[in-house]
Amino acid sequence: MGSLRLENIKKSFGQVEVLKGIDLDVKEGEFIVFVGPSGCGKSTLLRIVAGLEDATSGEVLIDGAKVNTVPPAKRGIAMVFQTYALYPHLTVRNNMGLGLKQAGAPAPEIAKRIATASTMLSLDPYLERRPAELSGGQRQRVAIGRAVVREPKLFLFDEPLSNLDAALRVNTRLEIAQLHRRLSATMIYVTHDQVEAMTLADRIVVLNNGHVEQIGAPMQLYNAPANEFVAGFIGSPKMNFIDGGRLGESVKTIGVRPEHLSVDAAKGDWKGTVIHVEHLGADTNLYIDTEKAGLLTARIFGEYRAEPGSTVHATPEPAKTYRFDEEGRRIE
Amino acid sequence: MSQARSSLPRTIAAHAILIAYTIIALFPVILIVMNSFKSRQAIFRSPLMPPTAETFDLVGYRTVMVQGDFFLYFQNSLIVTVVSLFLVLLFGAMAAFALAEYRFRGNTLTGLYLALGIMIPIRLGTVAILQLMVASGLVNTRTALILVYTAQGLPLAIFILSEFTRQISDDLKNAGRIDGLSEYRIFFRLVLPLLRPAMATVAVFTMIPIWNDLWFPLILAPAEPTKTITLGVQIFLGQFVTNWNAVLSALSLAIVPVLVLYLIFSRQLIRGITSGAVK
Ligand SMILES: Nc1ncnc2c1ncn2[C@@H]1O[C@H](COP(=O)(O)OP(=O)(O)O)[C@@H](O)[C@H]1O
Ligand SMILES: [Mg+2]
Repeated sequence: MGSLRLENIKKSFGQVEVLKGIDLDVKEGEFIVFVGPSGCGKSTLLRIVAGLEDATSGEVLIDGAKVNTVPPAKRGIAMVFQTYALYPHLTVRNNMGLGLKQAGAPAPEIAKRIATASTMLSLDPYLERRPAELSGGQRQRVAIGRAVVREPKLFLFDEPLSNLDAALRVNTRLEIAQLHRRLSATMIYVTHDQVEAMTLADRIVVLNNGHVEQIGAPMQLYNAPANEFVAGFIGSPKMNFIDGGRLGESVKTIGVRPEHLSVDAAKGDWKGTVIHVEHLGADTNLYIDTEKAGLLTARIFGEYRAEPGSTVHATPEPAKTYRFDEEGRRIE
Repeated sequence: MSQARSSLPRTIAAHAILIAYTIIALFPVILIVMNSFKSRQAIFRSPLMPPTAETFDLVGYRTVMVQGDFFLYFQNSLIVTVVSLFLVLLFGAMAAFALAEYRFRGNTLTGLYLALGIMIPIRLGTVAILQLMVASGLVNTRTALILVYTAQGLPLAIFILSEFTRQISDDLKNAGRIDGLSEYRIFFRLVLPLLRPAMATVAVFTMIPIWNDLWFPLILAPAEPTKTITLGVQIFLGQFVTNWNAVLSALSLAIVPVLVLYLIFSRQLIRGITSGAVK
């Protein structure tokens, strides 16, 4: 229960083609994250899966059955939205129970499922409150609870953490990860934040401009990005891209991750000047303007003492540099 | 009061302007109410004086109660106004929801067509409306007035409400769809409550011209059983003699229902006007 298959999904709004042919296979119980810059069509794709939007062409199959013409409520899905989207006039209990009530489930069954979900999400003290009387984090937990109560084949999350502050975001992220483990349900999660994608996903789908750039496990995308876009999108700080010609190489672009650059005051491959230093505690980010390779970011573990204006040498780890051709594809 | 944000001269100036405006706006109303309690001679001799022990006279109100079927007129006005208001708000909100929510061919064109009535006064079509009412046998019925006022109120209602409907979160409506609510339930249970402040604004703008209208009652429903209050008062306004006591009393009474409806809507109204100013 809970597999999803997308076949050549295309979507246009008027003249603008927003999705340009998306193919995807999601296995039962998988946690899939759609990640990509904002405006690339992630939400649109998720809404097509949910049935809130019709695809211009292509097929959506849930558990092997074509659902193109099935309304959202009958697809066996549940969705959590960025803006929580709780019903303002209903209590937390009724918010969670409405979907089942509409589907005609018997009252004791509804009560039982609400009780299970509210215990799971520690919502018991708030069941009789209205959404206006809850904090942002509590509201999002209610929204997640509302999805859990439906016991869907497919959970859909559209940037559920974007409206929360940083600390809550980490907590709620953990809660979603635990939820996935406990329910072993299929989940599709949309975010523009690559940290969320890396921490939650079994597999990540990197979207850009309406098409899939790469699908793979988080470490697969990190270690073996298919192209320049994925290499730049996954990892923080962003990968350094150096023009191949400047280094006397035949390839178009060379990529080095900031964490794969070592810095030494005395000797190294690329001599340069420190422009700015960011101390993050656990590590230090150095921005270096090098003569040979241009502006680079280096991430050094632990504390590194350097003054802006001082001279340093950056050296890439040879086995960890990436080469890209004219079209941005990585050369093995 | 905090010192940083206000100075005494400016506060005084602001209050002076506001008080002056209030006096100008309320003066005619107060004059009408005041004089309605005075005898005929007192009205003419000292129109600006409040009623005293000797000039106090309820003759106007007595005339109104006795002459003409004042309560019937009153009832007609109230029925016509409330029913028209209800229909304008209901259909206005529904049309606004459809225009804002659904993408269909001719959406923008339909929206423009529905808003056209804001610029073209409905009275231009009086002759055609009258012929229509005669043909359908609706002359001298309250239905005729209700239909005309509903048509008259809809353009502005749709225009204002569709702007507000667009601001309602898509996520909320989509959550309802996933929970299996019908489009009607989504409209009535999720969207309508959030439109309340906007609807109060529309209600006030719609209600007052309907209540005060003389034109359509005179043309479409001048018969005794369907007269509205504004038309009913006209019997006291003669070509040669005018029963001022009665006119003023009737007008004073006519203010009451509008005032009551306004008070009901006003809390919402203020929110409607200021919404969007602060996020
Ligand atoms: N209802 C709509 N009408 C027209 N264009 C839309 C509509 N919804 C989304 N778009 C456009 O589709 C593109 C993708 O939107 P979306 O899927 O929301 O992006 P994301 O969620 O990745 O930020 C955007 O350029 C957006 O402007
Ligand atoms: Mg989005």
